[in-house]
Amino acid sequence: MTEPLLQARELVQEFAVRGQGGMRGGVVQAVSGVSLDIAGGETLSVVGETGSGKSTLARSIMQAPPPKSGEVVFQGTSMRALRGAALRDARRSMQMIFQDPYTSLDPLWSVTRIVAEPLLAAGMRDRGKRRQRVGELLEQVGLDISVHGPRRARELSGGQCQRVAIARALAASPALIIADEAVSSLDVLVQAQVLNLLEGLRTSLGLSYLFIAHDLALVKQVSDRVAVMYLGRLCEIGPADEVYGNPRHPYTVELLDAVPRVEQAELGKRPAGELPAGALSTAGDPASPVSPPSGCRFRTRCPRAQSRCAAETPALTVPAGTGPAGTGPAGTGPGHLVACHFPLTDVPDVTGHEITIKESGRSAS
Amino acid sequence: MTGAGAAAGPGPAAASVAAAGAGIASPPGPTGPTVLEVRDLSVRFRPRGRDEVRAVSGLSYSVPAGRTVAIIGESGSGKTASSRAIMGLLPRSAQVSGSVTLSGTELIGLSPRSLRRYRGQDVAMIFQDPARSLNPTMKVGPQIAEAVRAHQKVSRAAARERAIELFQLVRLSAPAQRYNEYPHQLSGGMRQRVMIAMALSCSPKLLIADEATTALDVTTQARIMRLLTELQEQLGMAILMISHDLGLAACYADEVVVMYAGRTVERAPVRELFRNVRMPYTSALLGAVPRLDRAAHTPLPVVQGRPPDLSADLAGCPFAPRCPRAGEKCADRQPPFAEHKPGHWYACWYPLPDGPDAADGSDGPDREGQR
Repeated sequence: MTEPLLQARELVQEFAVRGQGGMRGGVVQAVSGVSLDIAGGETLSVVGETGSGKSTLARSIMQAPPPKSGEVVFQGTSMRALRGAALRDARRSMQMIFQDPYTSLDPLWSVTRIVAEPLLAAGMRDRGKRRQRVGELLEQVGLDISVHGPRRARELSGGQCQRVAIARALAASPALIIADEAVSSLDVLVQAQVLNLLEGLRTSLGLSYLFIAHDLALVKQVSDRVAVMYLGRLCEIGPADEVYGNPRHPYTVELLDAVPRVEQAELGKRPAGELPAGALSTAGDPASPVSPPSGCRFRTRCPRAQSRCAAETPALTVPAGTGPAGTGPAGTGPGHLVACHFPLTDVPDVTGHEITIKESGRSAS
Repeated sequence: MTGAGAAAGPGPAAASVAAAGAGIASPPGPTGPTVLEVRDLSVRFRPRGRDEVRAVSGLSYSVPAGRTVAIIGESGSGKTASSRAIMGLLPRSAQVSGSVTLSGTELIGLSPRSLRRYRGQDVAMIFQDPARSLNPTMKVGPQIAEAVRAHQKVSRAAARERAIELFQLVRLSAPAQRYNEYPHQLSGGMRQRVMIAMALSCSPKLLIADEATTALDVTTQARIMRLLTELQEQLGMAILMISHDLGLAACYADEVVVMYAGRTVERAPVRELFRNVRMPYTSALLGAVPRLDRAAHTPLPVVQGRPPDLSADLAGCPFAPRCPRAGEKCADRQPPFAEHKPGHWYACWYPLPDGPDAADGSDGPDREGQR
């Protein structure tokens, strides 16, 4: 097996907060021992709610700021010991795209200048060469330097801003792009355009992606593998087909259930009693990351929790009671790991709703 | 009035609505009386030194008691401008024409003072960002009590009691303790519950939810939508849901109104719409909704281009420049928005074929480069 592009080992990130205005102070345990790999050309999506630590995880990988403990090995180099110029060089191959396209672009700079800056930083001194490269980069993201080049961020639509942010990320010729909720704030039609663009760039440039999202449906189309995160820990990680088609962690199932589905229109509006998330309507808020629950952190919300869950932290492993990896309908496929003492065994395929919609002949599969 | 009945059953004001509209409890039942009737609503803005912008043109729909109507559209489609016009929340520079009646009372042209009687009392609104809708320097309980006292003549103690009841109604945990907390001490979902409690404080006949769950996590969104559905069954109120998410409408609305460039392009009961999409724009929106049954690394169906500039004169169909089915007629003549089948309205010269059976072979042209 070839070396993965990125290896994160036991990353821990904590922030001290002062108590004020009725809030208790303490240490926010944002990321607690997360390990994951990304292979070259692969897309891994990290999904979780607000406060699950998914953005902090992405920043820890970028070393911005470096994690409290744990190690990131990127392209064979450990980033732990790197400082200053060496860190900047290593980080150049890892670029980030953010959620809000307007605030992540300098409002006073023209599009050309925004995209040219990483080139200048990389030492491309020749003006003409730089301009030519900016033209190529903008073309790659579907913009035209003669039309969009002189514009400022406020003169662009949200989708165009996000394209500029992508062009800026590409300017450094990265191997890995970290997209932190990069399409969440866009309209659906624009969202589809940007997702298609990112997919196209993946194949043409051989990029790897780390997608951060709160909605499992949003990353379904782009993901090779999916990791589900809750309060700083991974609940489940595995190949996308496995996690979506054979979810084993109760939290993954809750996330899948919560996705509003167009295919449900076939059933008409349902009475409240049939809607998901009923049992959790009051207990549903995540526990505090300042004082996370003992044992399994999801246990305070989990319908399957028992006393063992409070006493023992479940490790991320191949779920117990299944055969060797990759066997049997009740087992899990290779690389599918779950952190749960009582993983679900017989879960109906939640993506199976496609059957009803396919009958109608209007499926957009 | 203390509204003591609110937690157990319909509050006093809601009871009158419920009495007037029999059979509203079960969704498939007969339609209740119309709460909100919007006829030919148009909103124009005239920014200084620039061309007039037609944000909304000729919008018509109605919302019956106990039902949910979803207005779906992208940014700039006029969905928010139209809902603000109903509430009288647009700036003075906006020119609003047409008719908006709430249980028979015309709201357009009312003086700000008489409008204030309806606003909050009969129509309430919840917004996208609960953090910005609440006063950060004031405890949440007194904010609700203040809303109660603004519309009802009750003592401070009774208003406090009512606020705690409302917290129970929206299922905030430890309601008496929450009363004395500040907005920053609550999570996003809890803040939205507080906003809903405030909106329900006078048992409104109509609740306008403007992207009320957009900023929330999917799990919180599911819980808030379930809560709203439960409250609707309990109180019989009408809900007008403004959203960009067709998936949300598919799950939680009875009827869907699709807006594009300030106009209604399709309107139908939810099942009919998703079964028999006729307008290519709706179909494009539907194709782009993130779905769990989408295979990895397959391109999403996309429509190129952007919505038209609303300050320019639009002779034909506003979607024509982006529409894969557009013919010559579409550029110069606007298709009428007409009821082609009972309850199913759309504006299109070349609609998609009707019915699930007819669709299979012939829905190709609307899905550019999809297969």
